[in-house]
Amino acid sequence: MSELLLSAKSLTKRFGGLAAVNDVSVDLHRDRIHAVIGPNGAGKSTLTNLLSGDLPPTSGRITLNGTETAGKNPERISRLGLGRSYQKTNIFLPFTVWDNVRLAAQSRERHGPWNPLRWLSAASAMTEVNRRCERAIELAGLTARVGTIAGTTSHGEQRQLEIAMTLATEPTVLLLDEPLAGMGHAEAERMVELLLKIKKDHAMMLVEHDMDAVFTLADRLTVMVNGQVIASGTPAEVRADAGVQAAYLGEEHE
Amino acid sequence: MSSPKAQLEKLPRSMQVILLLGAIALAAFPLMPLTGVDFYLQMLSQMMILAIFAMSLDLLQGVTGLVSLGHAAYFGLAGYALAFLTPADTPISLWWALPVSALGAGLAALIIGFFVVRTHGIYFIMVTMAFAQMVFFLFFDNKALGGSDGLYVNFRPDASLFGWTGIDLDNKTTFYYFTLLLLVLVYAFLRRLLFSPFGRVLAGIRVNEHRMRAVGYGTFGYKLAAFTLAGALAGVAGFLWAAQTGYVNPELMGFHMSAHAIMMVILGGMGNFAGAIVGAFAFEYVMHFFKDLTKHWQLLMGSFIVLIVVFAPRGLLGLVAQFSRKRGAP
Repeated sequence: MSELLLSAKSLTKRFGGLAAVNDVSVDLHRDRIHAVIGPNGAGKSTLTNLLSGDLPPTSGRITLNGTETAGKNPERISRLGLGRSYQKTNIFLPFTVWDNVRLAAQSRERHGPWNPLRWLSAASAMTEVNRRCERAIELAGLTARVGTIAGTTSHGEQRQLEIAMTLATEPTVLLLDEPLAGMGHAEAERMVELLLKIKKDHAMMLVEHDMDAVFTLADRLTVMVNGQVIASGTPAEVRADAGVQAAYLGEEHE
Repeated sequence: MSSPKAQLEKLPRSMQVILLLGAIALAAFPLMPLTGVDFYLQMLSQMMILAIFAMSLDLLQGVTGLVSLGHAAYFGLAGYALAFLTPADTPISLWWALPVSALGAGLAALIIGFFVVRTHGIYFIMVTMAFAQMVFFLFFDNKALGGSDGLYVNFRPDASLFGWTGIDLDNKTTFYYFTLLLLVLVYAFLRRLLFSPFGRVLAGIRVNEHRMRAVGYGTFGYKLAAFTLAGALAGVAGFLWAAQTGYVNPELMGFHMSAHAIMMVILGGMGNFAGAIVGAFAFEYVMHFFKDLTKHWQLLMGSFIVLIVVFAPRGLLGLVAQFSRKRGAP
C-alpha cells in the first residue's frame, strides 16, 4: 500500500439539527485518486470544507502528513501540504492568469508581513516563485494564456486556473471539488489527462458528478447520501453494490 | 465580499507625465515672483500634507480593500505627540520627534488594528469609526490632554543635525520643500510597496481574501501590518500638520477629517497612490473655491463628490486613463 497522507476518522458536521456530514472516514494515499460521489446535498462539499479547514468539524479527527488538523484554520492546513480547488470558481478575476498563480506560489515563501525587506523588493523578481508558477501553469496547460485577465478567460480555462493555483502551492494532498463542472467534452478530456499526469505525486480526493471521469480516474470510490457513507471500495465493488445502484448510480445511468 | 474590481495600478504614460509636471510645478512654485507668496506656500504645504495622509489611507482603502472611517485618529495622535514632546522653552529635534510621533501613531494603529482587522465589510467601517471616536473624546473631554481647545506646539521642530543648520523649518519656503520631499519619499515608498511581495498579498486580500487563506496566507497578519503601516504614515502627515500650523485640536482626529480623506482617495482614484495625491489637491482646491463662493459650500461640495462618483467611478485619474486610451486607440 502506498503512503497514507491524509486520514479522516468519523468526521461529523452538524448545522443545528442537520448532520451534513455524519461519521465519515476517508483515507487518501499518494498516487491514488479517491473519488467521492453522491447526489446533490449528500455532503460532499461539506466534507471537502472540513478537510480544508473552511469549516470546523463538530467531531472527528483529521491527520494530514502526521499532524492533527481538525479545527485548524485554512491557511495552516494549506501550509501543511493541502491544496484544494473550489466547486464554484474561486480565483482573482481582475488579475492576469500569471498573477493568479504567482500569488499562490508566493504563499510558500517563509517571510511574513512584518519583514520590511518584503515591502521593498519586487514581487516579480522572486526567481523561485516564478519557477514554481511557470511549472504549475505549464502543467495545467495555460502557458498560452499567462497574460490574459482571468475574468475574461473561458469557463474551462478558469477551472484549469483553479488547478494551477492549487498546484503552485506544491501540496501533497489535493482536494478537487468538481473540477469538471460545466466543462465541454474536449475540455473535460484535457482535465482528466491533467489529473492523471499529476496523480503520481499527490494523494487526491475527487468530488465529481461526471461518472465517466470518475470511473476512468478513481482507484477508490466512496458514495455519500444524506451526509452518510453508504458504500466504499474499488469502483468495481461499488458498481456491484445493490444499495448504491438504488440510491444513485442507477438513476444516473438510465 | 464586494464585487472585485481591477484597480488602476500601473500608471499609463499620460499620468506619469502629469505627475512629473505637477512635481516640477510644486518645486518651482516658491521661485515665482508672487505677492502674498507666503499664503500660497502655506496652503500648498497643507495640501501636500493632506496628500500624504490620503496616500496612507489609500494603502488600506484602495489597495487592501479596508475602508477605514477612523483614519484621522492616527493623523491627530502624531500631531498631539509633537505637541506633548515639545518643551515649553525650547524646540525639539526633528530627527527624533518625527520618528517617535510616527511610530506612536503606528503603535496606536497596531493596538486598535488588532481588534478591528478581524471584522469585515460594514463592521470594519463601524469599528474603525468607533475607535476613532473613542480617541477623539479621550482628548476632547480631558483638560490634561488639551480638551476641546487643543494644545499649542510651542516651537517648530529643530532640524539642525550635528551642528549643521541648513534646514530651518521656521522658514516657510524651507518647510514647503521639506514637505514636498516627504511627499515624494512616501509616494516612492508606497509605489514600490505596491509591487512588492507584501503589496501583492494586500491586493489579493482586496480581491478575494477567502482564496488567499485557502492558498496559505495568514491574512490577519497582513491586514494588521497594513493597518499599522498606514497609521504610521498618517502619523507622518499629522506631525507635519502640527508642525506647520503650530497647534493641535481634537478636530484633527474627528469624523470629518476621516471622511475627507476617504473622499480625497475616491475623488482622485483608488489603489495607486497617485490618485490620492491628485484627489487631495483637487478636493482642497474645490473646497476653497466653493468656500469663497458661498457659506453653503458643503452643499456644492457634496454635489461635486456625487457627480464624480457617478460619472467618474475610478476618479479623476481614471478619467485621464480613459481619455488617453480613447485617443491612443486607432
